Amino acid sequence: MIEDLKNKVNGDEMLVKRGRFLSTSFLLEVGSTTWLIGINEGQIVSITKGPFVMPSWSFALRASEDEWSKFWSAKPQPGSHDLMALIKRRVLKAEGNLHVFMANLRYFKEALVKLRAGAAA
Amino acid sequence: MTARFESTIGRYLHLDLFGRKHRIYVEEAGQGTPLLCLHTAGADGRQYRALMNDERVTAGHRVIAFDMPWHGKSSPPAGWHNEEYQLTSAQYTEMILAVSEALELDKPIVMGCSIGGRIVLHLALEHPEHFRAIIGLQAGAHVDPYYDLNFLHRPDVHGGEVCAAIVSGLVGPDAPDADRWETLWHYMQGGPGVFKGDLYFYKIDGDIRARVAQIDTSKCPLFLLSGEYDYSCTPEETMAVANSVKGSHVTIMKGLGHFPMSEDPEKFLSYLLPVLQDIK
Repeated sequence: MIEDLKNKVNGDEMLVKRGRFLSTSFLLEVGSTTWLIGINEGQIVSITKGPFVMPSWSFALRASEDEWSKFWSAKPQPGSHDLMALIKRRVLKAEGNLHVFMANLRYFKEALVKLRAGAAA
Repeated sequence: MTARFESTIGRYLHLDLFGRKHRIYVEEAGQGTPLLCLHTAGADGRQYRALMNDERVTAGHRVIAFDMPWHGKSSPPAGWHNEEYQLTSAQYTEMILAVSEALELDKPIVMGCSIGGRIVLHLALEHPEHFRAIIGLQAGAHVDPYYDLNFLHRPDVHGGEVCAAIVSGLVGPDAPDADRWETLWHYMQGGPGVFKGDLYFYKIDGDIRARVAQIDTSKCPLFLLSGEYDYSCTPEETMAVANSVKGSHVTIMKGLGHFPMSEDPEKFLSYLLPVLQDIK
């Protein structure tokens, strides 16, 4: 399912345009599974499943499988509906160089919502 | 032709505040009981446009919203470029009382959202005699910071983009798209560091947890309305205030978020109109 992110993000012309100054890689942790996601000028260019030896990333987003599952449900409950809501409840940990995450927060919010059940590509 | 003017009138009020000259933009519509509306942090009085255009409200109320200094069409005071904006409880209270006095409002209803919802708790405690009733929207006694506020004001992060992105999830998921994005547009237009300066009041100086139980609703009725999708001032935090303040009235608004009056005005009015009816 995480692999779907590539086509869903790259298929959204406005989202890619919004990220045209964004080139980075970040780590997404879903329970015990980690993924490295590479972005080049707003396009997702690689999604690699861990485990990794010496992975390099600018920032990491880590939450339990259950919390991501609630976030990606078709109609999340209050508190599970937004990345900042997860951070406020301390169930999503954002760490590393958060400058790139915060400077492009709308991009990352809209990209990760693409994995929500029933979300448009 | 479909051109038309709204009945809302906007004027600039010149007022001395905190020992300095200020130029404050004030909008109003309607006639009757004054209803003074306070906007959220980092936004401005445009959040109350829908109320000013709704005859169910304006038929019996003079609806007034002003942009706080540094916000919207109000100016920062001369010398602003050499200082850091930071809102305190004392300044906020003084500003509201001074504007109310300047507009010669006779015991207005005061309604505030978010930081406005917090300051009305201060008003309920310290100046209940000035008001006919107090309505707190998204009114909590305190909120712990949950992100690094420095990102709101630094030259290598676009202030408008980050402010709107941070609050975007505070809009309820079913809000009409046009209203959602107009609400976020207000955040995109805030001046550098203004949202951060407001949050000094919201997250640090305006903490009223230790005193909120002292609010005496026999001096002035207190109504609390909060949206269920708000993770800044959560329903639980609103309920904590309601449980502390004897005689307060509380409603959790289904489907709404942190900006009820602008994110989904029609749904919000279904909750507000009965409150205004009760106040009569």
